[in-house]
Parts: sequence; C-alpha cells; structure tokens
Amino acid sequence: MTHLKPFLVQALDSATSGGRRYHLWMGVLTLIMLVGGYAYFVQIREGLAVTGMTDHVSWGLYISNFAFLVGVAAAAMMVVLPAYVFDDVDFGRAVLMAEGVAVSALVMCLAFVVVDLGNPFASWHLMPVIGYLNWPRSLLAWDVIVLNGYLALNLAIPFYLLYNHYAGRTPEKGKYVPWIYISVFWAVSIHLVTAFLFAGLPARPFWHNALLGPRFLASAFAAGPAFMLLVLWFIRSNTEYEIKSGAFSKLAMIVTVAAQINLIMLASEIFTEFYFFTHHAVSAQYLFFGLDGHSGLVPWIWTAILLNIAATVVLTIHPLRRDPRFLMPACLVLFVAIWTEKGMGMVIPGFIPSPLGEIVEYTPTWVELAVTAGIWALGLFILTVLVRVALPIELGKARSPKLRERREPAEVEQP
Amino acid sequence: MKPGRELTFDDMLEYVGREATRPPEDEPPLPMGPYPEGGGDAPPTDGGCGSGSCGCRTPDPSLLDKKMDRRGALSMLFGAAAVGSQALSACSPTSLASAEEREAKLLEWEEYFKGNCRLMSEEDRERTIERLERLAKLKDGVDVRIDGTQAHPEVVYGYAFNISKCKGYRNCVEACIQENNLDRATSAQYIRIFEMDGGTSMDDLDHGDASYHHEVPAEGAFYIGTQCFQCANPPCVEVCPVGATWQEPDGITVVDYDWCIGCRYCMAACPYWARRFNWGEPEVPARELNPNQHYLGNRARKSGVVEKCTFCIQRSRKGKLPACAEACPTGARVFGNLLDPDSEIRWVLENKQVFRLKEDLHTEPRFWYFLD
Repeated sequence: MTHLKPFLVQALDSATSGGRRYHLWMGVLTLIMLVGGYAYFVQIREGLAVTGMTDHVSWGLYISNFAFLVGVAAAAMMVVLPAYVFDDVDFGRAVLMAEGVAVSALVMCLAFVVVDLGNPFASWHLMPVIGYLNWPRSLLAWDVIVLNGYLALNLAIPFYLLYNHYAGRTPEKGKYVPWIYISVFWAVSIHLVTAFLFAGLPARPFWHNALLGPRFLASAFAAGPAFMLLVLWFIRSNTEYEIKSGAFSKLAMIVTVAAQINLIMLASEIFTEFYFFTHHAVSAQYLFFGLDGHSGLVPWIWTAILLNIAATVVLTIHPLRRDPRFLMPACLVLFVAIWTEKGMGMVIPGFIPSPLGEIVEYTPTWVELAVTAGIWALGLFILTVLVRVALPIELGKARSPKLRERREPAEVEQP
Repeated sequence: MKPGRELTFDDMLEYVGREATRPPEDEPPLPMGPYPEGGGDAPPTDGGCGSGSCGCRTPDPSLLDKKMDRRGALSMLFGAAAVGSQALSACSPTSLASAEEREAKLLEWEEYFKGNCRLMSEEDRERTIERLERLAKLKDGVDVRIDGTQAHPEVVYGYAFNISKCKGYRNCVEACIQENNLDRATSAQYIRIFEMDGGTSMDDLDHGDASYHHEVPAEGAFYIGTQCFQCANPPCVEVCPVGATWQEPDGITVVDYDWCIGCRYCMAACPYWARRFNWGEPEVPARELNPNQHYLGNRARKSGVVEKCTFCIQRSRKGKLPACAEACPTGARVFGNLLDPDSEIRWVLENKQVFRLKEDLHTEPRFWYFLD
C-alpha cells in the first residue's frame, strides 16, 4: 500500500477541483443536503409526529424510496456481470461507473432506513454481539446483512481496481474475479430479500403475493440500467472518457426487455385482482380506482402507468431506441415512472385499508419531502465524487508520483 | 439550561464503570424502592394526589421546559458535545436542582447502554427497575412502582368476548387508557369497539364503524371489540429485527420499550392492527398517572417506540382481571387461565360456539368471540 497516501491526496484533489459548472452543481447539492439535514433535526427533536405517517399508514415516503433504490443498487449487476464474467469489452469502461451508482444507491438506502427509525440512537441494537440481531427469523435482519455486505463489495472491488491502475499495475484476476461472482449473486439477493420483507406479511394481502419478488427484479433491471445510461451518456458527452456505443445499445436492450416484462407482470397483477373481485383486492381497488371516496393515489398510479407504457413503447421501436435523442428521454421517463409505481405505489396501498378495514390516507409532510430530497442530493453528491475520482485514473491522467522515477520520459503523463 | 455544572464525558465514563446503586459524590444513595417505609400498597392516585400524601408534585410549566432541555442534552451526548459545553457552565453555582439533574443524566446514560430485557440477568433487571423508578421521580416528580413479576408456569391467558352482551359503552376503552397510561395527546387506544349494522357478518369489520359518536346501543346495531389477541403464533414477533418483542410463557406478547428501534415492521406484520407507535413524546398528566406499573406493561414509554395491549400484565400477573374486563358493565368480557379447567374462560370455550378473527392466517389468537 505504498501508493495509498498519494492515492487519497489525488482523490481529494479530483473531487474538489473542477470548473464553475461543477462547483455550482456540488453547491446546489450541498444546499439541498443542508435543508434536508435541518428537516431531519426537526424530526429528531419532535419525533416522527412531524411526518405524515400514522398508526394506520406506518411506513411512507422513506420506505418507498428505500424499496426503489435497492433496485437501482442491484441493477449494477447488469453491467458488472457481462464486463467481468463474460469479458464483454463494450462494458469494460462502464463498469466502474455502475459500481459507483451502486454505492451511492446503497448509501441512500441505508440513509432512508435510518431516517425512518423512531429511535435511531438505538440502532446499535442491530449489531450482533453488542446488540441482538434477530437473524434468521426477521427479514429486516437479512436486509441489514445483505445491504451492508453489498456495499462493502461495491466499495472494495472498485477500490482494488482503481488503486492498481493508479499504481501502474494490472489488477490480478484471481484476486477480484471471485468477489465479482459473489457480488452478482449478492445483487439478486438484496433485491429479493427486500421484496420478501414485504411479501412475507400475510397481514397485508396487497404485498403477500409471489409475484412481488420477480416484479421487484424486473422493475429494478429497467430503472437501474436506465439511470446508468443517463449517467454514462452524461460522462461521454462531457468528458473525454470514451464509452463504447456497444455498451449503450446493450444496456438499452436490457432496459427494454426488463420494462416489457415489468408491464406484463403489471397486467397479470391487475387481471388477478380485478377479474373476479375478492376481499383481498381492496387495496388494489384503492390504488387504481379509489375506495369509498378515497382516491389519493389514483392520479399517481395512472401517471406512472402511462409514463411506463410510453417509455416502453419508445424503447421497443428499434430506430427510436438507437437514437439518443429518444433513448435518453425515454430512460428518464421510465426511471421516474418506476420510482412512482414501485415507491409510493407499492408501499402505501399495503396499509390502506387497515387490517380492520379502516381507510386513512397518507400525504408526506414538508419534513419528509425535505429529508427525502436531502438524501437524494447526498446520493448524487457521492456518485459525482466517485466518478470524479475514477475518471482521471481510468484515463491514465492520474498515476502515482512514485512511479515517475522508473518511467521513460515519453511515458510521463500530462500534469 | 438551568444553572449547574454540565455533565462531562469523563464523568459518564467513570460512572458507567461503577456499581449502579453507588451514588456520585455527595448525593444521597439511590433508594431501593420509591416508597417510604410503611407507605402501604395504596396507589397514590386513589384520592392521594393533591392532598399531598402521595408525594406527587404538581408539575409547573417550567418543569416541562427543563425536560426538553435534558432530552436535548442527552441527544447531544452522541457527539460528545457535552464535553465542549462544560466550559460554558463551569462557573455556574451548584444547586440541589442541578444535583438532581446530574443524577438523572447519569441514570439516563446507564439506561442507554443496558441490554435486551430478555437477555438481562436477574440483577440487571432489578437495577434497571430501580433506575427507572428513580428517573420517574427525578424527571417528572412522580412515584411509580415498577413490577418485574415473571410469568407463572401454570398459566396461559385467554380472553373471550360476548357479542350478545356488548352494548358499545366503551367503558373498557376508557379504563384501558387510564390503566395503561396511554398517550392523551393523540388519544391512543388499544381497544376499538366497532359498531355493526344488524345483518352484517360478525367478522366483517370493514363494514363496522369504530368512531361512532351517538347514544348506544343504537337501534339494530351490535358491537365487536378488538385489541391485541395475544396470538399463539404471532407474526409481529417473527419480524422484529432486534428481538425487542416476544411472547412470554403465559402467552402475552410484550415489547421492551428500551430495546425497540422504532422500525415499525411489527405494525406492518400485525393482521389485527393491534400495535401503536409513539409518534411523539407521549403525554400523561401526573395526576392521572397510574403508578402501579410493570416493566413489560404500562410503564412510561418514550417517543419513537412501539407499544401494545398486554392483557394488563401489571394486573393479570397479580391475579387481577385486566382493566377492560373489570370495567365492562355488561359482563361481555371473560378473562382467565386457559390451563385451569375450572376457569370461566374454559367454560365458555367448552360450552359456547366460538370464532376468532382471520383464522385462515393461522395466527391462533387467544381471543375468542361468542354469542349467548
């Protein structure tokens, strides 16, 4: 680890230097984080009473975002798998970015869980040995393990690769490929476990169905790579880092197929709920059509479905998908649509009506909105820093100064 | 902040290492129990409050402010900010009030690091009860007695509800609120009475109304009460990530309020909507506080944790009826030991046609409904 100190100095330098647009972007994110931090301070002081949640709807915007972002984190696998395991050269340069997306999504996930806790100062109770983790009984205990494990994997692998590149060495396959295999399976597990967290509750018929897990995966593999396409596109258009067109067309294909499967599953769900209406479908009735005059989520879910269909149609038509002027907006629309549908659209109806049949609706308060915005800003901030650190190293611009002595003069890179 | 020397980080480290009952410096030792010798068993609320004999203090508005300060200070400890604030108040004179504040902070600090109640040794459990009783005195000026009675090996509690008899008076709801020190600010209640139109299926609560405001019994209506059914196969217990809720050997599912992290997974898992969350700091006026408490029952809860009906564990483990069963004017509520063949609950189960809610979920509630 002789290059560690210059590596960290280099990383700090890359993260803090940039043009005016970069500083403006980071400044805006910081501002949003500060507002979110203040809102969280208010929540700590007053308790969760300042949120829109109630005994009836006991999870809200935070857990909705958590469920969605686990999918985004898991979707990094769609780039990692072909790049490392099948040696697909098109994905070679996209893979570190994908892992950056995974890390920032995971940090957001963990942050959303923590802000949702009523007694966050007691979260040390989750730690084995000093606390008590109810594993393997509780699915939430599983989730704690798989999320933190996935975060560790996605920090360690890119660090190993970047560090070796920085030190002018070729990373040894034997040292990182086994971990990549593990992380690929791990990615599926984080998302299935999160789906099981909901699907394992017979008290809530809306979640208690076998399709929830597969549907989580399908929507994740649509929304995650869609987001990654946007990030990669931005990097390609704004830096000299070249990402092969093959990576874009393959990712776009993954997004398309996943979005199509997601729609088929949605249709299957709607059919089962409504062909022969039973008592178990009342939550779906509330979500899609309203129940006893309560229809808070109806415009929300239909907007999501329409956006979903529109994006999927654009993606399905080959000439449109191959044209970035259509592909990128379609990805953005799809990302927003799935966030809408799988976040609030999945979590909230589980609570309405209550198990005793009472209907209490939910609207997030300013505190929840501000904290949520703050956490998203935090995620984008981390992603920006990670990309910023990785780019110069991957471009060969940043190399350990300790290498210089051994180099030919022609090989010394630009300052 | 009130004047007084601020607690430092070093103070805490030093104190945490000591015996729980050893007082810091020159303060009086912690009492073993909150009641003076010969104080008797009479609960202070029985006409005692206000007369001066109960030891309650009427809380003045500034007391509430002080409470906030202390809580704020406790949260600050996590950043070890208390160390820094020492400089600010080092010159303040020491008074009796500050000595109490200091003691309260140290006790809170110790409370923060205590373990899961189920895994505690007998000694640790006694100590935490002492600390909690002392804290109630120091912070809210109330004398409470926290009981730690364990389950009796030959008892499993069961409950039966006579739909024919219930007239919807809701005396049970009121008694439950008083007995269990439920939050008055949000009008929390463990028991819900649903008013149902005649001709409705008895288990179709969707068509019931739990917030009726008119004279009862209403024409043609019948009434069904719900609360925690103390399932033999409780889904809420399975899901808790930290094991803060569990089923006791006598069948009562309890919550360790100090171990709960407030994730509310159990609330999502309960098919009977039996669990309640403290969205803010619960409020119980000192003069209405029930001082006869149980560690796993009606003792003070804090903001951000889950609570639930415990069949009044503080009463039932002493051989008394739960407050709801005692308060019912129509005799619709039957409570007893399922293992005792001569109990009334056993008679109901053997001689009446009974049903339970959502039997298809296999939660096996220990709460049955029946008709005369």
